[in-house]
Amino acid sequence: MALPQAKLDLTEARLAALSLPDGAGWANAARADAVARLRAMGLPTRRDEYWKFTSPETLTRADAPRAALFDGDETPLYAGIDRLKIVFVDGVFDADQSDDLSLEHVSIEHLADVTATDIHWARELYGQLEIAGQDPVDRPLATLNTAFARDGVVIRVTGKVEKPISLVYLHASENSDAILHHLVRVEAGGDVTVLENGPAAARFNKVMEISVADGAAFHHVRAQGRDHERRAVTHMFARLGRESTYKSFTLTANGVLTRNEHVIELTGDDAVAHVAGAAMGDGARAEFHHDDTVFITHDAERCESRQVFKKVLRNGAEGVFQGKILVKPGAQKTDGYQISQALMLDDESSFQGKPELEIYADDVVCSHGSTTGAIDETALYYLRSRGVPADQATDLLVLAFLAEAIDEIEDARLQDDIRTRLQEWLERRRQG
Amino acid sequence: MLEIKNLHVKLEEEDKDILKGVDLSVEAGKVHAIMGPNGSGKSTLSYVLSGRDGYEVTDGSASLLGEDLLEMDPEDRAAAGLFLAFQYPVEIPGVGNMTFLRTALNAQRKARGEDEVSAGDFLKLVREKAKALNIDAEMLKRPVNVGFSGGEKKRNEILQMAVLEPKMCILDETDSGLDVDAMKLVSEGVNALRDAGRGFLVITHYQRLLDHIKPDVVHIMADGRIVKTGGPDLALEVEQNGYADILGEVA
Repeated sequence: MALPQAKLDLTEARLAALSLPDGAGWANAARADAVARLRAMGLPTRRDEYWKFTSPETLTRADAPRAALFDGDETPLYAGIDRLKIVFVDGVFDADQSDDLSLEHVSIEHLADVTATDIHWARELYGQLEIAGQDPVDRPLATLNTAFARDGVVIRVTGKVEKPISLVYLHASENSDAILHHLVRVEAGGDVTVLENGPAAARFNKVMEISVADGAAFHHVRAQGRDHERRAVTHMFARLGRESTYKSFTLTANGVLTRNEHVIELTGDDAVAHVAGAAMGDGARAEFHHDDTVFITHDAERCESRQVFKKVLRNGAEGVFQGKILVKPGAQKTDGYQISQALMLDDESSFQGKPELEIYADDVVCSHGSTTGAIDETALYYLRSRGVPADQATDLLVLAFLAEAIDEIEDARLQDDIRTRLQEWLERRRQG
Repeated sequence: MLEIKNLHVKLEEEDKDILKGVDLSVEAGKVHAIMGPNGSGKSTLSYVLSGRDGYEVTDGSASLLGEDLLEMDPEDRAAAGLFLAFQYPVEIPGVGNMTFLRTALNAQRKARGEDEVSAGDFLKLVREKAKALNIDAEMLKRPVNVGFSGGEKKRNEILQMAVLEPKMCILDETDSGLDVDAMKLVSEGVNALRDAGRGFLVITHYQRLLDHIKPDVVHIMADGRIVKTGGPDLALEVEQNGYADILGEVA
């Protein structure tokens, strides 16, 4: 089917502004295939159903809109945690600021090196989960990423990795346009934690493809940068084997536009996938629009999936949640849970939720809920009657509201780090 | 200490007068009890004094140690020394009991220009007060009032009172939902706080709480007014004859 002219023009304009990296035969083939697929589907516009609540215009246009650098002086997240640090500045690897990449039970390489190597396991994964994730909904920005990403990390985990691998994304240029593509293969019995934090660029397109083998575990804690004007579109594509675990948490504060997609396929029996997000949006200084889009497919028996997304919105901030649980025929004893809640601190903010269940097995437990509400006035009065000032009481209730999402982080140190950071942000805000 | 003069209050949402001229004066060191039938305005009086939304004062005044209470935000009333033990303590999921108490205590101290209490000192203070009220560490860790039994909620109110050390304590039907043992514990907690510098206003339907917390003065409230004031014997009279006799007598 021919694309509408506007979509065609948009796609060609974006393609014209990019150049394909040169690499080994398999990588070139994967990239050429991605370009062909992108041309066939076209970049998204507001008219696409999947982008009904979020305008992709600034994500798809040829040049990245300018984004001022964040002027905060706060200590970077995870500063007190022993981790292996890999730093990217505006999407370009920075060796000087990064740690040595050697660590027991894991091999870490650069995508740029890997895609220049003729024989490499990565060819079995690169773009493959992204392709699988295109059905039944197109995700063209991920395809664009597969075609044009020049760098990223390629991680292969063979055992329990003692410390987290921490990807730090610094933003240095106001017009930077970064594309990163990471691969993570966790082999049977492997266990790894990947941390991400920072704004990355004025505009950031990131894909992570994660293959979690039987009995393996992947943990992910992310904090997106505080630059008010930054834009990001991210995709996490995961495939889970038998008795494997995938747990991901994302903290977002600020950002004029963020679209975080999770596409998770539970393909082995007894696998567990938890995705959670806490977003705090304030539209006062710059616009805030945050979109969590999740698609979880149950294709095996006795798997468990949880989606817990919380948003606190004020001063015209906008929140979006599109979450789907698809239970395929035969995926009996599925346990699916989905909750999406927005706490509106004023009348100007908005939240749009689209929870979906599609079930083709008859012996499953699936529940979903989506709520939008104001602060609990009775709780507020109770706190104030004990001497807690109204703004501080509101912050306590905001933290309480976000707690269910933060509790999804398994590692207590990381959970503390995220919670403390949130408290600091709220405190700073209160003190102006 | 607490001076209420000719207090008239109506609901903000509708033109319904609830308090129709309450006069009451509680001195430091004294325990005053207010008794009265359902709907007489007892709880409204406690809410209005603590600053809950939804009420409009149409006439009269209320002051604590000379400061006009009605002009203050609820948190300022608390910092000034007012405490209301709620009839229905509020559950706050996600806020830890200890965090809540420490935030409240330090906010009050800050408002009064005092130093904040350190985490260590605070822990010591709460443990000591909690022990007397039979509140275990598990209860302190849980979110505020979430999953607490009726008795646990009321004990938690008294714990807050013991930690915050207010000057004027209002107890709104603290006996409701308590079994005999819990009532004893709660009363002991209250009695431990009685001293020459502190005033109490105990609101209750029944005389039995007053067996444990002995009042100096008893008021009977009906239809938005204090209709009769007397000594502890007045509570016994209510217990024996009900409100009808007294109300008939003053009508």
